[in-house]
Amino acid sequence: MSETLVTFAGVVAGYGGGDVLKGVDFEVRPGGVTCIVGPNGSGKSTLLKTVSGLVRPRLGEIHFKGENLVGLSPRDILKKGIVQVPQNHSLFREMTVEQNVELGAFLERDRRVVAQRLATIREMFPIVAERAHDKAGSLSGGQQRLVEFARCLMLEPELVILDEPSMGLDPKTLKVMFGTIRMMRDAGRTILLVEQNARQALKMAERGVVLENGKVRLTGSGMEVLHNPEIGALYLGGSLEEARRPRP
Amino acid sequence: MKLLSKNLGWVVFFAALALFPLVVTNPFYTSIGVYALLFMASATSWNMFSGYSGYIALGSAVFFGVGAYTEALLALHWHVPANGNLFWLVPLGGIIATAFAVPIGWISLRVRRHTFVVITIAVFFIFQLSAINFSFTGGSSGLALPYITWSAADFNNPFYYAGLILVVFITLVSAFVRRSRFGLQLLAIRDDEDRAMGLGVQVTAIKITGFTMSAFAIGCAGAIYALFQGQIYPQFVFDPTFDVSVALMVFLGGIGTLAGPLLGALVLESAQQYLTATYSNNSLYLLLFGGLFLIVIMFMPQGVVPFVRDKLTKRTDLERAAVAANDVSSPSPVAPSTPTEVTA
Repeated sequence: MSETLVTFAGVVAGYGGGDVLKGVDFEVRPGGVTCIVGPNGSGKSTLLKTVSGLVRPRLGEIHFKGENLVGLSPRDILKKGIVQVPQNHSLFREMTVEQNVELGAFLERDRRVVAQRLATIREMFPIVAERAHDKAGSLSGGQQRLVEFARCLMLEPELVILDEPSMGLDPKTLKVMFGTIRMMRDAGRTILLVEQNARQALKMAERGVVLENGKVRLTGSGMEVLHNPEIGALYLGGSLEEARRPRP
Repeated sequence: MKLLSKNLGWVVFFAALALFPLVVTNPFYTSIGVYALLFMASATSWNMFSGYSGYIALGSAVFFGVGAYTEALLALHWHVPANGNLFWLVPLGGIIATAFAVPIGWISLRVRRHTFVVITIAVFFIFQLSAINFSFTGGSSGLALPYITWSAADFNNPFYYAGLILVVFITLVSAFVRRSRFGLQLLAIRDDEDRAMGLGVQVTAIKITGFTMSAFAIGCAGAIYALFQGQIYPQFVFDPTFDVSVALMVFLGGIGTLAGPLLGALVLESAQQYLTATYSNNSLYLLLFGGLFLIVIMFMPQGVVPFVRDKLTKRTDLERAAVAANDVSSPSPVAPSTPTEVTA
């Protein structure tokens, strides 16, 4: 297996005239969770969008298993086994839960394969079977998130990109959600995660990346990033004074 | 057998339609039936694209007119004898309308919803003005088709059954589309086009295909209409109220449903024809339409079919809940496993 699954090399990207990412370099190893943290506006979500093709980098390259993704359409990127669950709820509210999940395997043309995957997904996510014929819009926020996870797994992706999956969820639901991310990881998926609940995310992440002003400030294991005093003080709930205080 | 019992309502509905001219032989009513069937086919076809994709097309009269003119022009230029052979030209009306739909869809579906509506209206007026001004269409005098000399008593029946075949055909196609992968993509576009694109749906291709498919039955309906009328005029086959009527029929019955357009067209077109013929007033039906839509918008904004379906579902749910509450011996539900523990 290759040492790296995704390589970001000097990625510069943004919206309109301004650049949000100003030369991002780091690598995502296959398997496990890579968690990106950083303050608001540091470019976390933009970075994820460059991988899934929703934002095209102005400069730099993004390699997935050695192949450059820059310039490919979102559809072509999906075909390569990269699926993104966006920050906001992305289910089709007027469609049923089952229809939503089926759409996840939209690129797979063999109906038998789709049926098999659907059966597996129903076992992994019982809610998909239980609420199969209910409109997705009638589910709670947490349930919708689980169905989004279920949908993204229908394509049997190699890389799952999760953009703030815990947004708006209550603590109990949050626990279920992190459990599901672990389940996906244990099933062999590589997870690229941006998460506002950084402490919890870094605890389960194999790799942590700190983004600041569109550049990578620090990379290391999840625990290293979590226990880095400066990072902890700045981005994980500390204060500037704490960060500026001389280290013993 | 299971399939039959599952679709018993549909079988009864179409059987009743098939028996109607045999039971009610008065040509006044069977002619209303012909118009109702043509609008049922058109509304179902319109709904197959606009209802499923959310793209409201207000230029479908173009396909109706193209179908009508195709029927008339081919009958005249090919010297088709004035009898049942004329019906063989009906599918050609649909095919030519479909052929026209490809470039129209290709141009108009480059833009999103509201702009699309405006473009379809503009395209409609281009076609209407063309039909009025070109010589091969007969200009404002229109075209006269070969004169059919069937007996007055049974004259309507062939048109009625041609219309019924078209309705059955397009209903089956619409049902198939609804349940197909293709239909799923149309529904996804209706809900959120950008998300659909993010999941790999080729939205432009899907929209053009849906738009083109919906033109066929409307073109066929136009061709049958031309035959039934015997004379076509540009202002009647390229009629702006056609699109408004079809859209209202679908909204009344329930947009995006299978039964809604059929119900809406059956009720509204029959009422319109009856009121126009009975009271010799072309505009009286507008009063009925206005009142009816006021009621629908106020009390059942999704349309009649979804409203009734929701009511029935709620009633069934309540009955089930009552049975469950009374059943003291039933075991308590097992606690769901991890990923379903999320509460509503």
